[in-house]
Amino acid sequence: MEHFVQHLCQQHHFQTNHLLAILRAVQARYLHIPEAAIEQLADLLSIPRTQILGVVEFYSFLHLQPRGHYDILISDSITDHMLGKHAIMAYLAERLQVAVGAVRADGVVSLDNTSCTGLCDQGPAGLVNGLPLTQLDNSKIDQIAGLVNTQTPLVDWPSELFAVRDNIQQTGLLLNQPITKGEALQATFALGTSATLAEIDQSGLRGRGGAGFKTAMKWRFCSEEAETTRYVVCNADEGEPGTFKDRVLLNSYADQVFEGMTVAAAIIGAKQGFIYLRGEYLFLFEPLQAVLQNRRNAGLLGNNILGQVVDFDIEICLGAGAYICGEESALIESLEGKMGIPRNRPPYPVTQGYLGKPTVVNNVETFLAAAAIAVHGGDWFAEIGTDKSKGTKILSISGDCARPGIYEVPFGSTVQSVLDVCGADDVLGVQIGGPSGTFIANDELQRKLAFEDLATGGSFIVFNESRNILDIVNNFTHFFAHESCGFCTPCRVGTSLLKKQLDKIIEGHGSAGDVVALEELCQLVKNYSHCGLGQTAANPILSTLERYPELYQAQLKKISYEPGFDLDAALETARRMANRNDAGAHLAQIGEDHD
Amino acid sequence: MTKTITLDGKTIPFTDGQTIMQAATAAGEYIPHLCHHPEFTPHGSCKLCTVKVNGRNCSACTFPAAEGQDVINNSQELTDDRKKITQMLFVEGNHFCPSCEKTGNCQLQAVAYYLNMLDDHFPLFYPHREMDASHPDVLIDHNRCIFCTLCVRASREQDGKDVFGIVGRGINKNLAVNSASGKLKDTDLDKNDKAAHICPTGAILIKRTGYQVPIGQRIYDHHEINEVTLLSENHHGE
Repeated sequence: MEHFVQHLCQQHHFQTNHLLAILRAVQARYLHIPEAAIEQLADLLSIPRTQILGVVEFYSFLHLQPRGHYDILISDSITDHMLGKHAIMAYLAERLQVAVGAVRADGVVSLDNTSCTGLCDQGPAGLVNGLPLTQLDNSKIDQIAGLVNTQTPLVDWPSELFAVRDNIQQTGLLLNQPITKGEALQATFALGTSATLAEIDQSGLRGRGGAGFKTAMKWRFCSEEAETTRYVVCNADEGEPGTFKDRVLLNSYADQVFEGMTVAAAIIGAKQGFIYLRGEYLFLFEPLQAVLQNRRNAGLLGNNILGQVVDFDIEICLGAGAYICGEESALIESLEGKMGIPRNRPPYPVTQGYLGKPTVVNNVETFLAAAAIAVHGGDWFAEIGTDKSKGTKILSISGDCARPGIYEVPFGSTVQSVLDVCGADDVLGVQIGGPSGTFIANDELQRKLAFEDLATGGSFIVFNESRNILDIVNNFTHFFAHESCGFCTPCRVGTSLLKKQLDKIIEGHGSAGDVVALEELCQLVKNYSHCGLGQTAANPILSTLERYPELYQAQLKKISYEPGFDLDAALETARRMANRNDAGAHLAQIGEDHD
Repeated sequence: MTKTITLDGKTIPFTDGQTIMQAATAAGEYIPHLCHHPEFTPHGSCKLCTVKVNGRNCSACTFPAAEGQDVINNSQELTDDRKKITQMLFVEGNHFCPSCEKTGNCQLQAVAYYLNMLDDHFPLFYPHREMDASHPDVLIDHNRCIFCTLCVRASREQDGKDVFGIVGRGINKNLAVNSASGKLKDTDLDKNDKAAHICPTGAILIKRTGYQVPIGQRIYDHHEINEVTLLSENHHGE
């Protein structure tokens, strides 16, 4: 192992920025990060071992204890649950003879849950050693169990197990007419970078990740910084449950995304770009490397791009299972090889981003649109959409509908019009923008997808009348508690408290004041958290509490107070120690009402 | 010309580069805080110092003061919410004040008194956390750690060492020390290091110094934390 780690560090030029990539390689090879590797890395990279330990403990795909040779993770997203995840997991555990969360005694296989894998239109889904498994059913599980038990190498597994489909169901302005390779760069160089930036400004393009900051303004701020070393970063850490459009864009439109990044680089004067690809999309890593190499060969990346005095290249960095890294400053921390903890702002990334230098971070879809705008002009884009939301939005649609997949719709479309095209009826409600967004009920389907009304990063989960709202909220609330980075008190403790309080109510232990207490806690977490994760973590509860207060109330007991824990069970140790088991050594959970 | 901000209706001066916390402290105004210490890089994680700046919640310890800011520090809403954030810190760990050596000298306890915290409000987590008594002179009781990172920063920035680090994610965060054994005895921590004396709670204690000052004669037994803090931190604002 010593030789392996030494060689690995050499490959990465002993750069601490590459710590995450190095640890991913150690994990893949040794199924965990051995203590000896931590010692050696601390020495070779000249960083404290606590920094390495911090990273290992932070990311879900890195482990201090060995996982199985086949590490199987099943997506715990609500959409996977709706497609039968619970039964699939139970069957898998039985066939593999391994408990969920455990490693089988022979070390061959381990099984666990994981956050949304971005395969919601083809679930129940999972990952084996980081590679996607889609549309799992009992016959596929039989097949997988056989392959695991015969210890068949992954490369020899039938490829249909790993088939990931694009499911592009409706194209629009952008997906109808992808640009040809180099077209946006030629247009940019012909028009000039300032005029191209003016076109992007004219287009009204706003960030497609959901926050909606004006793209041209971000690029201009960055280009006006005194510091001339600048970076372009593409945020492909698509972690919001129910979102998978970036997977499709990177699978089938990668050239255009990279071209958008290169246009941005030409405009802001960046020489280096990064695409931060979520660890769940490992299967896209090699194909994307090939696309980048083709672009270098075609003179579209590297030195003197298309004969101009523009040098730019793109490096792919893989995440390792942390939703928080979709937050731009946490993403930058992760790119620097650290724990994904959002930074204090100001300063913003456009002034001090990667390595403290001005950095533009944009979503995959934003770069895709920017490349098209460079070719077709700002007016072409701005003709479609609404006053404050120009162009189209690419939606990831999953849940209860006939045709889940990717839909490009004009901004301003009503939710109902989208439900009509994807084939959804008997609708109970729709989760717009994922768990951090809003749940809307079936009497609000005329609302519009636009920054003016329902802002969205593209997650669109449909629920029909057979679904239980509290199950949905429970899944989302547990998700946030699991993904909180833990930096600030209101989110670290608050998301866990939300989980406890919601569980208490759902399990029927809530009493009169408990819904009020829940709502107060929601406001606290929302108003005081450090970043977007905490500020939106209470949205699933708040948006359903507002619409269905009676659902929560119906869960409550008709008593004034019940303790949050089992009183009698808490006395068990004392009873054992005192060797007592008489009536006086027991407590009723609910006391007599005292007037 | 002196630049100013408004703090609870009072005009106070600031200089460029100062945070709201620094400007307030220099002006003799106390903003509750636990993870902030004037000698170290601001961290902004405990969120007790949240103030309203032009209507928006900001951490006073990290947010730069700027001309025209209308800052609210003392309001019933902020006091209530700061109390709840303090309660969160209490329920997350295991804080048993009556049996803790730090009682009366503990900033967490003192802030709780200042905010009129009379109960835990939230359900207790009762986490299982270890003690590390391996070091000859210094003890770590992880039950009382609130992840303020003051020991981490003090060790790095003042002692020129890297004894401590916060590792892990979410509610599973923990304080780790920089040795292969994971024990404090195998680090280069010295009992005279700043890091050994900076803990606002009783998580890091110096051995054989316990109870030298009787309970009842300790810092916060006679003074509120706002007085004590302003007196000790004011010099740093100058």
